[in-house]
Amino acid sequence: MSSITANHNADNQPITGLKAQLRRAERMKKIKAMLLVAPLALFLIIAFVMPISSMLWRSIDNTEVSSVMPLTAAAILDWDGQGIPDEAVFEAFAQELRESRAGGGLGRIGRRLNYEDPTFRSLLTQTLRGLPLSTEVSWTEELIGINARWNETSTWLAIQRTAPTVTDRYLLAALDLERDIDGKVAQIAENQRLYVSVFQRTLVIAGGVTLICLFLGFPLAYLLATLPPSKSNLLLICVLLPFWTSLLVRTAAWIVLLQSGGLVNSGLMATGIIDSPIQLVFNRIGVFFAMVHVLLPFMILPLYSVMKGVPSSYQRAAVSLGAHPFAAFWQVYVPQTVSGIAAGTILVFIMALGYYITPALVGGPSDQMVSYYVAYYTNTTNNWGMAAALGALLLVVTLLLYMVYHKLVNQKQLVRS
Amino acid sequence: MKINNRTTHKFLTTSLMTAGLAIAGSAHALTVITFGGASGDAMQEAYYTPFTEETGHAVTPGDYNGEFARIRAMVETGNVSWDLVEVESPELARGCFEGLFEPINWEVLGIADDLIPSAVSECGVGTFVWSTVLAYDADRLPRAPESWADFWNVEEFPGTRGLRRGAKYTLEFALLADGVTAEDVYDVLATPEGVDRAFAKLDEIQPHIQWWEAGAQPPQWLVAGDVVMSSAYNGRIAAAQEEGRNLEIVWNGSLYDLDFWAIIQGSNHVDTAHDFIRFASQAETQAEYSSRIPYGPVNPDAIAMLSDEQAARMPTAEANLEGALAVNTDFWVDFGEELEQRFNAWASR
Repeated sequence: MSSITANHNADNQPITGLKAQLRRAERMKKIKAMLLVAPLALFLIIAFVMPISSMLWRSIDNTEVSSVMPLTAAAILDWDGQGIPDEAVFEAFAQELRESRAGGGLGRIGRRLNYEDPTFRSLLTQTLRGLPLSTEVSWTEELIGINARWNETSTWLAIQRTAPTVTDRYLLAALDLERDIDGKVAQIAENQRLYVSVFQRTLVIAGGVTLICLFLGFPLAYLLATLPPSKSNLLLICVLLPFWTSLLVRTAAWIVLLQSGGLVNSGLMATGIIDSPIQLVFNRIGVFFAMVHVLLPFMILPLYSVMKGVPSSYQRAAVSLGAHPFAAFWQVYVPQTVSGIAAGTILVFIMALGYYITPALVGGPSDQMVSYYVAYYTNTTNNWGMAAALGALLLVVTLLLYMVYHKLVNQKQLVRS
Repeated sequence: MKINNRTTHKFLTTSLMTAGLAIAGSAHALTVITFGGASGDAMQEAYYTPFTEETGHAVTPGDYNGEFARIRAMVETGNVSWDLVEVESPELARGCFEGLFEPINWEVLGIADDLIPSAVSECGVGTFVWSTVLAYDADRLPRAPESWADFWNVEEFPGTRGLRRGAKYTLEFALLADGVTAEDVYDVLATPEGVDRAFAKLDEIQPHIQWWEAGAQPPQWLVAGDVVMSSAYNGRIAAAQEEGRNLEIVWNGSLYDLDFWAIIQGSNHVDTAHDFIRFASQAETQAEYSSRIPYGPVNPDAIAMLSDEQAARMPTAEANLEGALAVNTDFWVDFGEELEQRFNAWASR
C-alpha cells in the first residue's frame, strides 16, 4: 500500500505530462479527422450551400435598375406617384439610359422593365434613338416628344416598382398572385393562373409514383431478402440493370412501347382485348409508367438492405404462438422494416419532385411538373428571378413535407417499440 | 474586394491579351462561328473555301451552341476573338438591343435589294430560311389538306393532330385557321381580343391535339400513323422524304424564320466580315449551300439554280412563299412569357 502511494507521489509529475500528451494526441486526431472531412465540407459549401443561397437570393433580387441607373432609382423612390415626376428624374433617366448601353446594362434593365409591361423594351429602344446630343434641354419635353407614354403616370409607376433592391413579384407570381395598382396582393387573371395547379400536380405525381413504387417494391425486396443468395444475387442484378442505361434511352423506350402503334397496343389488339389503340403515352399514364420504372430501384435497395437484417425467427415465433400469418406479417415483420420504408419513400418522393425530362417527353401539357417551368425560364426566356422563385417554393414545400413526415415516422417507431 | 477584382481583372486581361496576340500573330483570319453540324459542313463547301480562294482571306471556322453569354462576355471584356457569328432571330434581337453586334451598314453593303425583306435587319444579315409547316402523310389522307382551316376540320379529316407544345407558332396557326390573313396575324395577336380569339379557336380542336416537344417527333408520328397531320420543321420533313416516306408539306400558312450573320461589336475585321457576308449572299453561293441542305436561300435568284426537286423544297421558293408568314421575333421576345403562361394554363385545363 505504502509503496503504491510512494510510487504515486513520485510519478505525480509524469502523470500530468501523460494527460497533456493524451490531450495533444486527441487534438491531433481531431485535426486529422477534420482535415479528412475538409474537402467534403468545402465541396458541400461550394456545390450546395452557395448555389442554393444564390438561388434563394435571386428569387427576391431586384437590383437591375438600381445598379444600372442608381441616380434614377434613388430619385424616383422619392416621387409621390401623382402625375409625372419632376425634371430631375427625367434628366437622370435620360443620362443613365444613354450610358447604359455600355457593359450590357441596357439589356438588364430592358428585361426587368419588360416584366412590368411587355412594351417597355421597344419604348427604351425608340427613346434611346431619339435622345438629343446636347445636354442643355428640358428632358421632360424631349422624352415626351419622343413618345407620349413618358407623360403617363403608369409608365413612371412601373419604373418606380423596379427601383427598390428587393421585390416579392417573382414569389407572388409563382403562386399566381400579383400586386394590384394599390399595392395589395391579389390573384392574377383567371386565364393566366398556372403555378398553383403545377405545384399540386407535382405533389400528386410524386406521391403517386412513391406509392406505386412502395407497393411494387416491397414484395420484390421481401423476395430478394428471403431467397437463397445464389438466386437473390441474380435478381438483384436485374434490379440494378436499368442503372446501366441512360435515363433518356429508357424514357424513349417507353414511348416506343406505349405509342398507339407500339408493342403494347398492338399486342392488346391482337389478343382481342381492345378494338382500337388506347392512349397510353403523352398523358398521365405514360408519366407514371416511365417514372415508376426509373425510380423503382431506389425503393427496392433501401428496403432490401433493412429486410436483410430482420431475422425470420420473430415472425415464426408469432405464428407458433397462434397469430394469423397475415397478422404476424403485419404486426411483427412490417414494423421492423419501417426504417427501410421511410428511407425508400423519402428517396423516391424527393427524386420524383424534381423530374423534368421524363414528363417532358412522355407527358402532355397537363403533366408538366415544376422543374419543366424552371428549365423554361432559365434556358428559354432568361428570367432567372422567376426560375429561382419556383425553385425556392419547391424547396420550401419539400422541407415542410419532410418535417411532417419525419415526425410521423418517429412517432410510429416509438409506438411500435 | 475592389482591389481583388481589379487584380483578377488585370491578370485575366494580360493573359487573354497574350493569348490573343499569339493567335493574331499567326494569321489575319476571319473567325466565323456557326452552329456546326451538317449546316456547318455545307457552309465550308459553299462559303469558306471559295471565299478564301477568291479573296485570299483565310477563314477560321468554329462551332458554338448559341451560348449568348459567351458573346456578351467577349464584348464586355473587350477581348473579341470571334468576328462573325450565326445567330437565331431572338438572340439577334436581344444582342442588337444590348449593343453586342455591330450595326450593319446596308448602304456600304449594297445588297439589301437582292435579298428577301426579312433578311434585312438592323444588326444582322439573313443567311438561310427554315420554316414551320403543315405536314401530312399522303398515303393516309383521302384528300390533300390545303390550309390550317383544313387542319381544324375534324369532320373531313378525323384523327389526332400534332402541334408544338407552346404558344409560339400555335397561336399564329389558330388565327390563320380562323380566317385572319397572313399580313394581319401579328396585328391581331397584339390585341387582347386577338389572343382570346386564338385561344377560342384552339378550344375547338383541343381534344384532338397531341403536343410535340422535339423536332424529330412529328415525322415519326406521321410515319407511325399516330397523327394524321402535324406542324413540323421543313428540314425534318425533307429528311424523312429522302428516306422514301411519302410525307407532304402544305406551304400555305407556313411560318418562316431566319438564321442571321452578325458581326461582334469590337471585331477587328469588320470590313472583311462585310466582304464575307456579301460573298455568302450571292445567288451562286446560296444555291451551292441550299443544294446540300434543305434550308432556303435568302437570295431568291438562287432558287433558279437549284434542281426542280430541290427548289420545290425551299421555304423561299416563290410558290412556297405565297400565303407564308415571317415569324415576328420582336413580338415573341416582348410578349412570349405572358403568352406561354396563358398557353400552359389553357392546355392543362
